[in-house]
Amino acid sequence: MVRAGAAIVAVGLLAAVVGPWLVPFNPASQELAARLASPSAVHPLGLDELGRDVLARILGGARISFFVGVVVVGVSAAVGTVVGAVAGYFGGLVDDLISRVIDTLLAFPGLLLATAIVAVLGPSLVNVVLALTVIGWVGYARLARGQALRAREFEYVQAARAVGAGTGRILWRHIAPAVAPAVVVQATLGMAGAIVGEASLSFLGLGVQPPTPSWGTMLNGGRAHLLDAPHLTIFPGLAIATLVLGFNFLGDGLRDLADPKSR
Amino acid sequence: MRFIARRLLLTVPVLVGVATLVFSLIHLVPGDPVEAMLGESASRQDVANLRQQLGLDRPLYVQYGSFLRGAVIGDLGRSLRTGQRVTAAIAERMPATVELAMAAMLFAIVVAVPLGIAAAVRSGTAIDHGATTLALIGISLPGFWLGPVLAIVFAVELGWLPVSGRGTPAHLILPAITLGAPLAAVLARMTRASVLEELHEQYVLAARARGVSRTRAVLRHAFRNSLIPIVTVLGLQVGAVLTGAVITETIFAWPGVGRLLIQSITFRDYPLVQGCILLIAVAYVGMNLLTDVVYGLLDPRIRYE
Repeated sequence: MVRAGAAIVAVGLLAAVVGPWLVPFNPASQELAARLASPSAVHPLGLDELGRDVLARILGGARISFFVGVVVVGVSAAVGTVVGAVAGYFGGLVDDLISRVIDTLLAFPGLLLATAIVAVLGPSLVNVVLALTVIGWVGYARLARGQALRAREFEYVQAARAVGAGTGRILWRHIAPAVAPAVVVQATLGMAGAIVGEASLSFLGLGVQPPTPSWGTMLNGGRAHLLDAPHLTIFPGLAIATLVLGFNFLGDGLRDLADPKSR
Repeated sequence: MRFIARRLLLTVPVLVGVATLVFSLIHLVPGDPVEAMLGESASRQDVANLRQQLGLDRPLYVQYGSFLRGAVIGDLGRSLRTGQRVTAAIAERMPATVELAMAAMLFAIVVAVPLGIAAAVRSGTAIDHGATTLALIGISLPGFWLGPVLAIVFAVELGWLPVSGRGTPAHLILPAITLGAPLAAVLARMTRASVLEELHEQYVLAARARGVSRTRAVLRHAFRNSLIPIVTVLGLQVGAVLTGAVITETIFAWPGVGRLLIQSITFRDYPLVQGCILLIAVAYVGMNLLTDVVYGLLDPRIRYE
């Protein structure tokens, strides 16, 4: 499962990095006379409602998906892990305060809060990243808090404290390594969540704005052409589903490796 | 009773936090929220009138107090576009969302439970691998793709079902499958894991030793005891269903609260946006509370933790 997931993600990443150079069309260039053209030898995935090459736009959209995934997951995991580890390690008032914030944010269905944030800030790629990060760090914080709570009772952590190691050193050298495996698994699954999150917001017209290619925006454009050009819906959706499946395979496989009992 | 009272008390600060966050949404609007709502062409008088109507000319703490009070007594102001009371507008759309959510959950249960049990009973075989892979695919299929694809196949190509709208039971089928598919996937995984765990318990082996048939041992003994985690997951997935409803209702023009939310975002009808978000969040908190309480009643160990 890990290999299948890693292979899908690697192919997706390769397509995002070098793909746009291999396709002889710009994602924004138009052939208005041939708009909505079905797949052909020249345009393997056809043209969209404005006569743009669907394959070029899917490859361009892959860059956006990876960009959003990496930034959202990177920042969320870093912030969430630090905040959660601090809450779990120190306990007391610090833990109470942080836990109340976490509880409040978890009281919202994640994507709903992101939708609300983008709705008030305005639709843009930056605001999508911001909104997904605001909802994203909470999961890591809760996870890291639980792991840190457990880890602070380990004998080697208590021994480090007994020999006078500083708080920063204990957190970095002893707590962080105990928290890391669970965070890595969560981050892999989080990539799938961030990619779907961006695509969902773009689908609702709240995310990446035209002419920048995004899989969600492409699917939104395809809705009006279900009858005459189903390829506008099928191919971008296949791209999202495949990449998300890859990250889910990878995350599930890593979780099994990290915790054999879950198998 | 003490367990329920304690759990209820713990929900109060969360609800206050939720209301605070929803209140602050309008203040996150870049620049002047009133000008953002009315557009650049609005006159100064219109801007001043709307500011007064929304109470945005009052000090922040007064606005906050008034919002909290309104949230408690169910007065969330009026829609800027239609003038209708926010609570009335939401109440009008609520039955459609509840109908869709119930149908989606029913679909998920009917598909996922047999699939999960089959995977657990045939653990390690092709059936198990097939069911597990199918569940992972189900989780990975975004609703905003599955919905249109189902519409292409069953409405456009085959002509069996209507593409959009609400009215007959046939209108409900495609939206319910779209919304229920990811839930079915999660539920199938949970059912598999839960039943598998119970199958290894000694009481199941004892039942088999007493001559109870394999089917009866699985359904009457293992499955019944694995129901608690399954019901819990179902309760906790209500949030995903409510979020998914926003997208599903948009795809199928289903006249529910999710579609109302997106329409009010489009028209920058912020009181209505706040009302929809608050309602969905409170419903989510309420479902989580109910799940916790039911879990506590079913499994006394939870109450004493």
